[in-house]
Formats: sequence, structure tokens, C-alpha cells
Amino acid sequence: MENIAGTKSSLTWAVHIATVLLVVLWLFPTVGLLVSSFRTADQITGSGWWAALFTSEQNEVLRAADPDEARVADGQMYVVSGNIFADNDSPTDKEISVWGTSSREIAAFQAGQTADLGDGETLTLEANGDYVWRGTEEQISGRGQRMFITAEAPPEFTTENYVTILSGGSTTDNMSKAFFNTLTVTIPATIIPIVIAAFAAYALAWMEFPGRALLIAIVVGLLVVPLQLALIPLLKLHLGLGIGKGFLGVWLAHTGFGMPLAVYLLRNYMVGLPRDIIENAKVDGATEFQIFTKIILPLSFPALAAFAIFQFLWTWNDLLVAKVFLIDATGETTVMTNQIVELLGTRGGNWEILATAGFVSIAVPLAVFFALQRYLVRGLLAGSVK
Amino acid sequence: MHPALQGLLTIIIGVSACIGYFYFSNQFLDKILLPAKGPKAGRNITRANQIRPWLFLFPAMLALGVYLAYPVLETLRLSLTDRDAGGAFVGLDNYRQMFGESKFWEALRNNLLWLIVVPAASTAFGLLAAQVTDRIAWGNVAKSLIFMPMAISFVGASVIFKLIYDTRAADTAQIGIMNAVWLQFEGGLGSFLFLRILPLLILLSFAGIVGYAGFIIGRPLWNGAYRAGGGAMKVGRAVVVLAAVWLAVLALRNVIDVMTMSFPYGEPQTWLTIPFFNSFLLMVVLIWIQTGFAMVILSAALRGIPEETIEAAIIDGANPFQVFFSIKVPQIIGTIVVVWTTITLIVLKVFDIVFAMTNGQWETQVLANYMFDKLFRASDWGVGSASAIMIMVLVTPILIWNVHNARKEMA
Repeated sequence: MENIAGTKSSLTWAVHIATVLLVVLWLFPTVGLLVSSFRTADQITGSGWWAALFTSEQNEVLRAADPDEARVADGQMYVVSGNIFADNDSPTDKEISVWGTSSREIAAFQAGQTADLGDGETLTLEANGDYVWRGTEEQISGRGQRMFITAEAPPEFTTENYVTILSGGSTTDNMSKAFFNTLTVTIPATIIPIVIAAFAAYALAWMEFPGRALLIAIVVGLLVVPLQLALIPLLKLHLGLGIGKGFLGVWLAHTGFGMPLAVYLLRNYMVGLPRDIIENAKVDGATEFQIFTKIILPLSFPALAAFAIFQFLWTWNDLLVAKVFLIDATGETTVMTNQIVELLGTRGGNWEILATAGFVSIAVPLAVFFALQRYLVRGLLAGSVK
Repeated sequence: MHPALQGLLTIIIGVSACIGYFYFSNQFLDKILLPAKGPKAGRNITRANQIRPWLFLFPAMLALGVYLAYPVLETLRLSLTDRDAGGAFVGLDNYRQMFGESKFWEALRNNLLWLIVVPAASTAFGLLAAQVTDRIAWGNVAKSLIFMPMAISFVGASVIFKLIYDTRAADTAQIGIMNAVWLQFEGGLGSFLFLRILPLLILLSFAGIVGYAGFIIGRPLWNGAYRAGGGAMKVGRAVVVLAAVWLAVLALRNVIDVMTMSFPYGEPQTWLTIPFFNSFLLMVVLIWIQTGFAMVILSAALRGIPEETIEAAIIDGANPFQVFFSIKVPQIIGTIVVVWTTITLIVLKVFDIVFAMTNGQWETQVLANYMFDKLFRASDWGVGSASAIMIMVLVTPILIWNVHNARKEMA
């Protein structure tokens, strides 16, 4: 449309700005979680995650080493020296700009200056954190001298949180079991409905039989039935049949709940396949079963892929079905969504754990999404626009 | 057995059982039951072809029947019985009990609010995003990024937004962006612009849009135009007009509140505990997720618009806004309705977001979470089923509409 006379719009710049704004707005929340998952607990509580991307000015209170252990005699005087960051297990690539020795004057001295603490006691602090604390035996005793420093800290990230979440940590934090449980729920619950639905979709698309239109209408109707209605009756049914709560139950439930969409999507796609191919095959003596497996299935690959992605995302991200049909009192079969909800309750303020757990759970769907977006879009369009 | 191994086995057994069923049932039909040879070959082939569709359909029908159709009826039955009384029939007692609970009305009110705000906002943002990204070179990248939240679970999104709404004590650094921004306001001119004028404009334009929509839909009623449709259509129009008037009045009433409210500047707020306002914060999560969906579908629809119509409008001197609102939007109105109803369905079932973020506290309850509460905390299957039926009742108009459309398409 750009080439039409008069459409070289003066609004082009506004369009670019609007798009940038939208993208930033939509990306901002996720980026916040991603950045937070690479920060330590102290960093997260110390500043907003958006500050983590830039060199930031931090105020810290640190102590010199314990004089009783670290002091060295130097003539009449005693000296404690070292690096203020190393002594306090604080990252060492910061650069001190100003510092002080009392909370009222935290910017009393420049880096490299020597502070006179009275009666000949002195303290020198360099920009890199090296300090020399000098005084009499009496002065250099008790606890280490406090230093209020203002330091420039470069952005700093750690993968420690991921180690905690994936391999270490307590049982409530460790997500590896929930990760594998989620995977165990997801894969059969994605593949089995496809097989069942593909056959039904073929029958609804290409076979003539009485009641076909009614069946399609029923499928369209069931498409919108809220699964909330199914919870109690099916739980009762599962308990009655002896399936109980467990993987089998959740696989069956997902198969049932995904069926209307699967049949609907696949039928819509199959109906659009060229009639000639199917009729030629019939003339050549192919059975319906052969037509289905040799012609229809391969041609329907895009629709199959689209549904597979839907079902995968839906089962991976599901909380309700898992809570009702899978997770029992022991909690052995917990899935990631459930564990995150529990973490929100128990570790509400520990954002390093929450952010990392959250990102572990959304990483796989995001990867699937970006890799197979093409099919997802095609499927969405087949399902809604006709 | 390890669950992963069990899962692998299930895939193998499940898939081969399905394929085996289809293969052998077809073989059985063709070779043994009705062989296509001998004196009755012709009749047998016809009969086999009458039976075959049902072989193909049987597993899917079984799954649909057991997992969706049967539960609807069973839930209806359960909603009329009392579990404690051994499943005795109690008529409408559960409904009466439910209607007597203030939590239920709160949930219903919130659900209606969600129903209005989320589909409207998602569709509007989606339309905007579709329109702007279609016109620029890097549009596909932008689309992909706006579409991305679709892949994120409601629970994951709840974690993401809880970080945004996070609150820390007053004298420490705020790590939630919302509070960090809030603390920038101090009551000066900026605060006046953003906290008084901006909401005022939003509320006024909302009231205007709703009022205009009500006017358009209701116009045939008082004009006595032939387009007003049959009796059911007239009732529908009247309901829409009343709802629009109510919403416009509600918005205008809030204008006064916004202009007169005194804001606690400089104090970090616990956003999720502020009644009424917090529901909107939860809605933001769903809008964030659903906008991408709306955008993808509407973008395809926009591309499907015949270019001649746009060219003609431009030659006639239409400006870009006129082209968009008077030429493009009317041509994709059908798709907008589809997107709107699809998001409406998702909103009606919204559970995870409320469950993970507030669990219905601070007046954020919605029907699906209310139902979960009744079922699994209070163990009250009767009232739980009754509230599930309420959700079904709300869904039913869309169900009828969809089925109606599907039948029309096939005919």
C-alpha cells in the first residue's frame, strides 16, 4: 500500500514510535523476571532490577577485619590492613568514590584520603577497597572499624539461583522433580489426543454418513464448555474406576478436554484438502484406512503441528487439571505451576527463588513458541478465521 | 516405576493401541464381518462403508462423551443434591444458599467487570498492534515479541506481575516498578497530569465509546427501523443499551471520585490489597497475555481486506484515521467479534491468575476461583456445582452463537 500516491504517510514516524512503545511495554515484565533470576538475593532487595543493567552507586556498611586476629605490630603502633571487600565476602570489582566512618557523614572522605580518627588513630581507604588502619594497642582492638562506603558497582550477574533451583536447595525449592513431572504429564497428553482426533476429523471431513452435521455441531458446542463443570463428576468417576489421582488420570483428562479443539481444527484443515487426490486414490482401489494414513495424514502435517503446539502449551501451563486429577496429598507428583504457586505462598519475598523458578517453568514453552511460531499462527487462523 | 518411564510406556502403549484399534477394526470389518467378495460383495461394501465412519469416530466420541458431555449433565444433577445428606435431592437449595452469599455476588460482579474490560482492552490493543506492525519493516519481529506472552502460563505471568506490583517497606528500595514509579509522584504538576487528567480522559472516552456503541445498537429500536430484527433480537438490543447506559453512568460517577480523591503520595502501596482497583491489576495480566492472540488474528484479517477499497478511499481524500475506522474496521468486524468471543470464553474460565495472585482475597474473587474454593476447601459439592452451572449459563449464549454459525457455514 506504500506505493499508492498520497499514502507516503506523515504518520510513519508515529507508527514506529507506537510499535516501539508497545514492544517495550509488552517485553518489560518478562525481562524483569529474567534479569531478577540472575541476581543474588541482596542485589534484588538492594535495588530494582532495572538498575542492574547499569553501573550503580551503592551504599554499604562494611567492617575492617577483627583487630584481635589481624593486627600487626609496627613499632609502638598496631596496624590492620587488607581489602574491605575481600574481608566481607563482597564482590571486589567495585570502585569506591567517597566514604566515611560515621553514619552521619558517609561522604566525609574521598577515596585514597586518610581519615584522622583522633588521638593519632588513622584510617586510609583506597578506591579499590585496600585499607590501612593504624593506631595504638588500645585503639586497634575490639571490633573492626566501620566504614560507610559509596561505591560504583558494575552490573553483575550470577547463575547461582539456577543451580539452587535445578540441582540443589531444599525439597521445596528444587524444581527438577516438578520439571520431569510436568514433562511426563505433557508428552502423552499431547500425542494421544492427536491420534484419536485425526481419525475422527477425517471421518467428519470426508465420509458421508447420517448425523455428520449434528456431530460437527456438537463438537463446536463442546469447544466452549468450561472444564470447571467436569471437575467433580470426573474426579468421582476416576475414584470410582480405581484410577484415582495420578498420571493416568491426568492423561485421560487432558485427552478428553483437548479433543473438541483437536477434532475441530483438524477437520477444518482436512475439509480444505483437494477432493481430486482422495477420489483418485479411491478409484485406484485404496481403502479408507490407506487414504487416511498415506494421503491425509502427511498432507495435514501443518494442522497436526498446530494442534500439537496448542496442546503442549496448554498442558504444560495448566494448573487446574493437575491440581484436581494429579496432585495427591503426598505431593510427589507436583507439577511446576503448582510448585510455583506454593512458592508464592511460602517464599513470597524471596524473589531470587521465585524469579528463577518462574523462568525455569516458562523457558520450555518459550523455546517451543519461538521455534514453531509459524505453525502456531497458522493453527490460530484455521481455528478462528474462516 | 519411575513416572518418566511410565510416561514413555504410556505413549507407546497408547499410540499403538489407538493405531492398532483403527487398523484391526477396519481389517475385521473388511475381511471377516463384511468381506467384499462372494455373492453379497456389493451389499457388503455398502454396509461396511456405512459402519466405517463410526469406527473412526468411536474413540473421539467416547472421550468427548465421558469427559465433556456427561460431566455437564452430572454437574447439573449434583447442583440439585446435597452431599452431606447422602446425595439426596434438595431442589434449588444449593442455588438459594449460593445467592445468599456475599462472596458469590462479589465473584459475579468481578466476573462481569472482567468480561467487559479484558476482551475490550485485548481486542483494542491487538487491533492497534496489528495495524502498526503491518506497516513497518521490522513488524514481524515486533509481532513475535508481543505475541510471546501467549506461551507463558497464567501462573508464570502471575509471578512476573507480582514482581511488578511488589511492595517494600517505606525506607528501603522499591523493587516493584509500580511502586518505584508511584514514589516519583509528589503532588505537583506531573502528578496532576498523570493522576487526575489522564484517568479523567480515559474515563470520559470510555463513557463516550460505550455510550456511542449503545446508541448505534439501540438506534433501530426507537427509529422503528426494519433492521431491528425479531423479538429476541429486540430484547438483546435493549439489554445491550441498558448495560451501556449503566457502564457510562458508572464511569462518569468515577470521574468525581478520581477528581476528589486524595492520594497518599510518597508512601509505597500494597497494590493488590486495594479493593476494586486490584481487580484491574489482575486483568492487566490477562490483557497482556491475550493481546498477542488478538493481534495475530486481526493482522491476518487486515491483510485480507481488498486493496481497492482502501485505494478508493484514499483517492476520495480520506485521512489515515478515516481509512482505518471507516474502511478497514467495518470490513473486519466479523473477525473482531470472533476474537472478542474467544477472549470472553477465556475470561469466564479465568482461575489461575486469581488463585496465584490473591486467591480471591481483598474483593478480587471470580466465579471459577469461588467454585474451586467451594469444591476443594469447603468440600461443598452442591454449591460448587451450582457455581459451575452459573459459569455454564454465562457461556451458553456464545455456545449457541457458535453452533448457529457453524451450521450456517456448512449449509
